[in-house]
Amino acid sequence: MGATFLAEDGLKSVPALFKRNATTLANAPAYREKELGIWQTWSWSQAHEEVQALALGLLQLGVKKGDFIAIIGHNRPCMYWSMVAAQSVGAVPVPLYEDAVAEEMVYVLSHCSARFVIAANQEQVDKVIEVQDRLPHFEQMIYADPRGLRKYNHARLHQFTVVQDQGRAASDAMRTELDSRIAALDYDSICVMLYTSGTTGKPKGVVLSNRNIIVSARNACDFDNITSNDALLSYLPIAWVGDFIFTLGQSMWCGLCVNCPESKETVLSDLREIGPSYYFAPPRIFESMLTSVVLRMEDASQIKQKMYAYFMDHAKKVGNDILDGKPVSAMDRLKYAIGDFTTYAPLKNALGLSRVRVGYTAGEAIGPEIFDFFRSLGINLKQLYGQTEASVFITLQPDGEVRSDTVGVPAPDVEVKIGANGEVYYRSPGVFVEYYKNPESTAETKDADGWVATGDAGFFEESTGHLRIIDRAKDVAKLSNGAMFAPKFVENKLKFYPSILEAVVFGAARDHCCAFINIDLEAVGNWAERNNISYASYQELAGHPQVMDSIQGYVEEINRQVAVDDMLSSCQIHRFLILHKELDADDGELTRTRKVRRKVITEKFKDLVDALYDGTQYIDTETEVTYEDGRKGTISARLTIRDAAVQTPVQKVAAE
Amino acid sequence: MTQAVQAEDGYTTADGRKIGGIVMEMKKITLRFGGVVAIKDISFDIREGEIRAIIGPNGAGKSSMLNVINGFYHPQEGEIFFHGKKRGPMKPYQIAEQGTARTFQNIALFKGMSTLDNIMTGRITHMKTNLLDQMLWWRSAETEEVANREVVERIIDFLEIQAIRKTPVGRLPYGLQKRVELGRALAAEPKLLLLDEPMAGMNVEEKEDMSRFILDVNDEFGTTIALIEHDMGVVMDIADRVVVMDYGKKIGDGTPSEVRANQAVIDAYLGVAHD
Repeated sequence: MGATFLAEDGLKSVPALFKRNATTLANAPAYREKELGIWQTWSWSQAHEEVQALALGLLQLGVKKGDFIAIIGHNRPCMYWSMVAAQSVGAVPVPLYEDAVAEEMVYVLSHCSARFVIAANQEQVDKVIEVQDRLPHFEQMIYADPRGLRKYNHARLHQFTVVQDQGRAASDAMRTELDSRIAALDYDSICVMLYTSGTTGKPKGVVLSNRNIIVSARNACDFDNITSNDALLSYLPIAWVGDFIFTLGQSMWCGLCVNCPESKETVLSDLREIGPSYYFAPPRIFESMLTSVVLRMEDASQIKQKMYAYFMDHAKKVGNDILDGKPVSAMDRLKYAIGDFTTYAPLKNALGLSRVRVGYTAGEAIGPEIFDFFRSLGINLKQLYGQTEASVFITLQPDGEVRSDTVGVPAPDVEVKIGANGEVYYRSPGVFVEYYKNPESTAETKDADGWVATGDAGFFEESTGHLRIIDRAKDVAKLSNGAMFAPKFVENKLKFYPSILEAVVFGAARDHCCAFINIDLEAVGNWAERNNISYASYQELAGHPQVMDSIQGYVEEINRQVAVDDMLSSCQIHRFLILHKELDADDGELTRTRKVRRKVITEKFKDLVDALYDGTQYIDTETEVTYEDGRKGTISARLTIRDAAVQTPVQKVAAE
Repeated sequence: MTQAVQAEDGYTTADGRKIGGIVMEMKKITLRFGGVVAIKDISFDIREGEIRAIIGPNGAGKSSMLNVINGFYHPQEGEIFFHGKKRGPMKPYQIAEQGTARTFQNIALFKGMSTLDNIMTGRITHMKTNLLDQMLWWRSAETEEVANREVVERIIDFLEIQAIRKTPVGRLPYGLQKRVELGRALAAEPKLLLLDEPMAGMNVEEKEDMSRFILDVNDEFGTTIALIEHDMGVVMDIADRVVVMDYGKKIGDGTPSEVRANQAVIDAYLGVAHD
């Protein structure tokens, strides 16, 4: 049996929880990381020792209370230990996105005046060194992986293990100081500062207290009965609040085991090896999983294809009801059991989802087809709705009440209300303290009574009490004829097709809707290969007439689906084009969490948007792109614009 | 044509690395295939810990030169000294046992075997147990296998190819196959690493990756590297000293900046008429 914990006094900070785990769960696995092809394990007591050593080392380096320590890297135990060590010495950890370019780092590092940086490897160290002249507060940097760094000037540079060793050596002298700093932490001290990617403007530093994190983590653990027997794979950016809550918050609260992949490219095979029981992924991961399943099935033998088609049809029919415990006939149950043996279980195993007890998706609306696909396999995938400012949890779906079009009921201790303009507001113990050095934005977002505006438009379903989110409040608009325009609604439908990676629909204050489409290189490339279509680049493939034809088919199919919706039938796509480049966070078109930045795209591709609406067939365009190393270049292309067939909204009466 | 004279005990590079004494010295090498003179009267040395490049236009005799260093070709004239001792004709395995490993211009991997197994073959000179030990899986064989696997895993980690550990190399893109081949050469823990056009056929990004790996190998393991390369830009960026060949003759030798300023080299690359 896994240990479960109740709220107790004295456990009012993450380091205090860690210490408790090191005692009560001493030999249970706390962290695993695959290294040299083998999973290495640290027990809670071993991990605690590592963190203590690092914390003592940080004291040696002169970290003061209230200092900000930036942590830049991928998901490794040492990165999480760095966060706890920073907290232990009274400093504030500030995790950063590791794929941020140096320019983006300057803003964050100087905004929080970070004195110390803990970086994962040479790549991150280089970025900080590149901009260090513009960071007056920056003093020392610690790196985890020494590779390639031996020749660097070590005046301000320290190796992680060396800092730990120095900490261990100074244990006698520093121990009292460390203990007193840990003891000084309480519910109100800052636990972490996370910069929101921000679909608009500069990132904002969201300050979260120990209360925010611990209460939210406790409630989430209780809600789904997560215990120390559970395991998760942590592979999402450490700078993202979800990873912080799951990997640090919930792991500290209930003692679940955190597994770190070997490298970014091995996540899928590591997932299969670990078989986590608690799994979180944004919709795009589920999308790409489904894409790869569909592709692999297309290459499979006839028998397998038939079997897959037959049993997936059956799963679609009854899988969800069986998972929700609804009545299903014995015959259907038997067929599902056979399907499970022959198809569902092997498929889940191949995806690494066999042991998932509780799975969540959030961050963006998930396409209903994708959601139902995974649930029909018997995976308890649920949705939650949350924000950095709420320490994630606003609403959650309880077991047995899961639907793809709602985001669930308010999480424990969370109050939710709908404002006059349809915007969703919430109040909870997880509500952030403030935006760092930005009282105006804090006041704009959080009112005196603690209610926070989400920026999302939504409503409660009267019959079930579940919250439904329509779109970003500022994105929901009207067409010039007054009909409602919710771009995300259509985009999500389009994105269900494996060939379509991203879609951006325009229509606000216009008389009809048009769209940009991004093809999925993997899916379309595979299709091209099987049809002997040769191409040299993404751009060439995107402009291929046959690709255009098939995308047009999808758009028209979506138009048929949209036409039957009472509220949104005007959101049919009249014209579209396939973009000549993939939308990319490096170019500022997506956020680091891959959300579409509408404003940036509308401005950057103004010529293309205009062309969509002025009836031209071809447009020549030139676009600036940023390479991974920060250099810039331009690509030019001639794009074709296609007209898609639209349906006249059918009157319900006439249809019957 | 002149060459900067180096002190016997080595020199210090621009970025502060200490280069040691002479590892291999070529003295007046001439190599003929029948009537064709592939290499004509070439002398140069390779010093410990340096990255030494051999460049030249097509057909200049670069690969032949590498094959001479490698012991695959035996020059008709001239002498080769390895660590101060004169080296006579040798079999390739003897050269390998001396601590020399190489990669090939046209990838020479076992296409059907996984990345892991391919790199493991590079450990062959470090395996002492015989077939019987291996078949019976005695402790000695197991210990050896585990130790070798660890070396291989470190290389996989070093080259960042964990994700393709179990993938048959025939299914890998060209750039990754090149990386696997480098891995196999590294598995021999060579003192002298010979790379035959490591960047051939790569795109810019792959070239940058490969350059970084070559520099890291040199830096982390202190391996002496001799490489042939077509891409002048890459060579000038990573090499400590460069030998320039044209029509089987040496037309320049020195640091990248010296070579770049050498009129004979400029002529050879810009294609001045030969008379």
